[in-house]
Amino acid sequence: MLRLINPEQEFLRYRRRLEIAGIIAAALFIGLFSRFAWLQIAQFEHYHALAENNRISLVPAPPSRGVIYDRQSMVLAHNYSAHTLEITPSKSGKLDATINRLAEIVAIEASDRKRFKKLLAESKNFESIPIRNLLTEEEAARFAVNRYRFPGVEMKARQFRQYPFGASFSHVVGYIGRIGEKDQRRLVEAGLDTNYKGSDHIGKLGLEASYETWLHGRTGIEKVETDSGGRAVRLLSRTAPVAGHNLYLHLDAKLQQVAERVFGDYRGALVALDPRNGGVLALVSKPGFDPNLFVDGIDSATWKELNDSLDRPLINRALRGIYPPGSTIKPFMGLAGLELGVRKPGDTISDPGYFALPGSSHRYRDWKKDGHGMVDLKRSITISCDTYYYGLAQQMGIERMSGFLSQFGFGKKSGVDLDGELAGLMPTPAWKQKRFKQPWWPGETVIAGIGQGYVLATPMQLAVATMAIANDGVIYKPQLIRAWRDPASGKMGYAAPQVMSRIKLTPEFLRLVKEAMIDVTLPGGTASIAGANTPYQFAGKTGTAQVVGIKQGAKYVESQVSARNRDHALFIAFAPADNPKIVVAVMVENGGHGGSTAAPVARKVIDYWLLGKLPTVLAPPGPDAVVDEVEDSGPAEETPADNPASTAASTIGTQQ
Amino acid sequence: MIPRILSRPVSHLDGPLLGLLVMLLLTSTAVVFSATGESSERLISHLSNIGVALMAMLLVSHIPPQRLMQFALPVYIVGVLLLLGVTLFGIVVNGSRRWLELGITRIQPSELMRLAAPMMLAWYFHYKQATLRGRDFIVAALLLALPVGFIAKQPDLGTSLLITASGFYVLFLGGLSWKIIAGAAVAAGSALPLVWNYLMHDYQRQRVLTLIDPASDPLGAGYHIIQATIAVGSGGVAGKGWLAGTQTHLDFLPERSTDFIFAVFSEEFGLIGNLFLLLLYAAIIWRGLWLAAGAPSLFGRLLSGAIVLTFFTYAFVNMGMVSGILPVVGVPLPLVSYGGTSMLTVMAGFGIVMGVATHKMLVKT
Repeated sequence: MLRLINPEQEFLRYRRRLEIAGIIAAALFIGLFSRFAWLQIAQFEHYHALAENNRISLVPAPPSRGVIYDRQSMVLAHNYSAHTLEITPSKSGKLDATINRLAEIVAIEASDRKRFKKLLAESKNFESIPIRNLLTEEEAARFAVNRYRFPGVEMKARQFRQYPFGASFSHVVGYIGRIGEKDQRRLVEAGLDTNYKGSDHIGKLGLEASYETWLHGRTGIEKVETDSGGRAVRLLSRTAPVAGHNLYLHLDAKLQQVAERVFGDYRGALVALDPRNGGVLALVSKPGFDPNLFVDGIDSATWKELNDSLDRPLINRALRGIYPPGSTIKPFMGLAGLELGVRKPGDTISDPGYFALPGSSHRYRDWKKDGHGMVDLKRSITISCDTYYYGLAQQMGIERMSGFLSQFGFGKKSGVDLDGELAGLMPTPAWKQKRFKQPWWPGETVIAGIGQGYVLATPMQLAVATMAIANDGVIYKPQLIRAWRDPASGKMGYAAPQVMSRIKLTPEFLRLVKEAMIDVTLPGGTASIAGANTPYQFAGKTGTAQVVGIKQGAKYVESQVSARNRDHALFIAFAPADNPKIVVAVMVENGGHGGSTAAPVARKVIDYWLLGKLPTVLAPPGPDAVVDEVEDSGPAEETPADNPASTAASTIGTQQ
Repeated sequence: MIPRILSRPVSHLDGPLLGLLVMLLLTSTAVVFSATGESSERLISHLSNIGVALMAMLLVSHIPPQRLMQFALPVYIVGVLLLLGVTLFGIVVNGSRRWLELGITRIQPSELMRLAAPMMLAWYFHYKQATLRGRDFIVAALLLALPVGFIAKQPDLGTSLLITASGFYVLFLGGLSWKIIAGAAVAAGSALPLVWNYLMHDYQRQRVLTLIDPASDPLGAGYHIIQATIAVGSGGVAGKGWLAGTQTHLDFLPERSTDFIFAVFSEEFGLIGNLFLLLLYAAIIWRGLWLAAGAPSLFGRLLSGAIVLTFFTYAFVNMGMVSGILPVVGVPLPLVSYGGTSMLTVMAGFGIVMGVATHKMLVKT
């Protein structure tokens, strides 16, 4: 249908429509205005508060971590400031591209990238993750100039933890690491999570872990005006953080280094205590590792290398390595025999070179094939006669033996101020029933008498037990910490020696055992070479811990396996015997015989401590050297079939 | 004596409208200065954009409507071809294929369509005015749908909706029957589920959803809305004062110099400022419609009316979006947002409005 248009009419309609449009537009503008009025008058308070909150945020100010000193005020762990480059993934865009561009202005190694990926996987998206630590001045300046090119990348001044002695104190001082999921959960459970806002690190091992609450300090709060990116624009008010406590240890860095050095290429552990207060003078576990690697996330290749190493550098042998104490148990067994009335000091036995239970043909052999002849208690310690103790143990019985030896700390944690200590084992029939659902066999008592079979102890436990003899029965709790300084008050606090127990011992018996231990280091004793020409009275006892079986992983090289099947050498000592100032327990892994490898280590450590003498001969012979000195070596013949102890022994490598 | 060359240029400008526009541009300058963190560099660039836009308005106002009508069809065809080119060879920026690389420079043909589409439709109605039939409305709708379809596919929802609006205004002012308008409204309403399910992109659906409940995604799509609403609301009646908006200056507001500049203005000048701005826009629209009504030709009336109503639509959609009653579509606040292209298009549009109103028709209709 064709319409003829009347221009006049058309124009009027146009005007009408224009008016309608204008009215609609006006109505919509009025609608908008009502919306504005609603937001800006009715809702003003609400949005005003929101805007204020947007502006002001509470930013945690992390405290600086306490410094750890040795007894001579040598620094074992401290902090320094440096620049890091951190990426906030949620703001940076494509990560790989960003890192590649960053690599053009600062050095970024493959290991940095790997660590970044690992941290990224562990973190939440809005956290900033370090890609590079310890920027040089030049790199920092270069990044500052190029900053605008990198949204989401920030340079931050951070405090870094450093361990100047590296591997020497890896197992004592430990290390801090980034707060992981587990740590976070633990903090939340302990109600400490607010104090860790702003902290990236937490003690993971050693003193860093056990004194975490002291070292960490109290987080401060800064009230700052921020932009939406959380960047502080202006500081409004500030509650200063309180730095963590500085710790002063009983530990002596030089003694520790001397001990480490005299181990040479051997693996092993050494614990040196001050018997007068329980202070830990040295605590060595060799090999160690560089704790500095862990502070900002270790890369997985290095971690794998450390973790898979046959040398097990990550295990603290001093606290977590459990070994059969072997002959080092004999002084304690001797005391038990005397105190329990099983033996009198003058009683002698005739040693034919073996012991047999009544009604059994099975022979428990002495390490000396033809026997030691007539042996009394004193001599049994000096020459380390096995037969004497087979009989003694059998007569005493496992219950009484276990009860008496427990007083010296066998089978119990020493309570040292480090986490993760193992308790070792002082077996009883009840324990065996519970653990293996089997009765106790008499033969098990016999070998327990020479510290084999189920009996297991850590080097720390051996040191503590030795302290009991040196101290006439008084056991102090071993403590690394000697004092601390509270930075808030500037006051020093001192860790009081804590008596763990006083064992009732007859002075006469004690004197006898001490004399026997002195004789050990004199001509005729098992450690006579190591004990030659000491200007002080040197009391000790050798021992050997059997390595019956080690897990034969397919990748182990045959020659290594045989070297690692060699017995662990043990030595416990204290000196000067008349006024003990140091107690030492040494374990040399695969060292063979206690007298030839472990005793010299103890001697050199004590020489340094008492005489200030630095070791001239650096190390005992290496693991492959021929060791043929006469020494005790536990039961020579044990049939695995009737001796479940071998099952236990088979797991003794270093640690369960 | 005023030289001819100086007196002539102003003869096609409308004094009151020019005055109002300049007031708006001055307001814009103040807000842009605040929104860009008092950057003198951006201020200069903004002022030069204004200068270029004013020059464009001046030049366009000199084009007689008959000449404009001659341009309508070729410009429209070139525009559609360019859009086709974008679809085939366009480069993707931020997930949208909007730009065409021309070697020397890159252009966004959808900008051209903002004026080309209503011009084409106005020309078509003018051409058919003596014999206008219902069928012609269908043809006009198809002429509009072609470029809009291309632009919607880029995807550029905001621009395609606004070009649809400008085309619709031509149809509406050209006498589109109310029945059809009502029918189209019903059809559009019932087509919404289809559009929602099949035509809209995920991010577009997300924008609508976040409008309903911005808190559902406070760090993602809802962030813009939440922060902008906080800025507006916390401005109160009197505002926080020029250069004193905390949301603005503490970097909470995204895109604060472009699409979200109204939040900056609203935070710093409050409800009073908003009222002033609404009145200023209303005055410009009123004056624009007044000029459109006085245009001597149908082409001029339809085009001018559509341009002014589109200007209104831009302003309304932008302010509605910033204050949280419309979904977030990428529409700048006309003549206030920082950005040369949009300003140029809008001012050229007003140049047309003024030119159409002030040129005498040679051929009487």
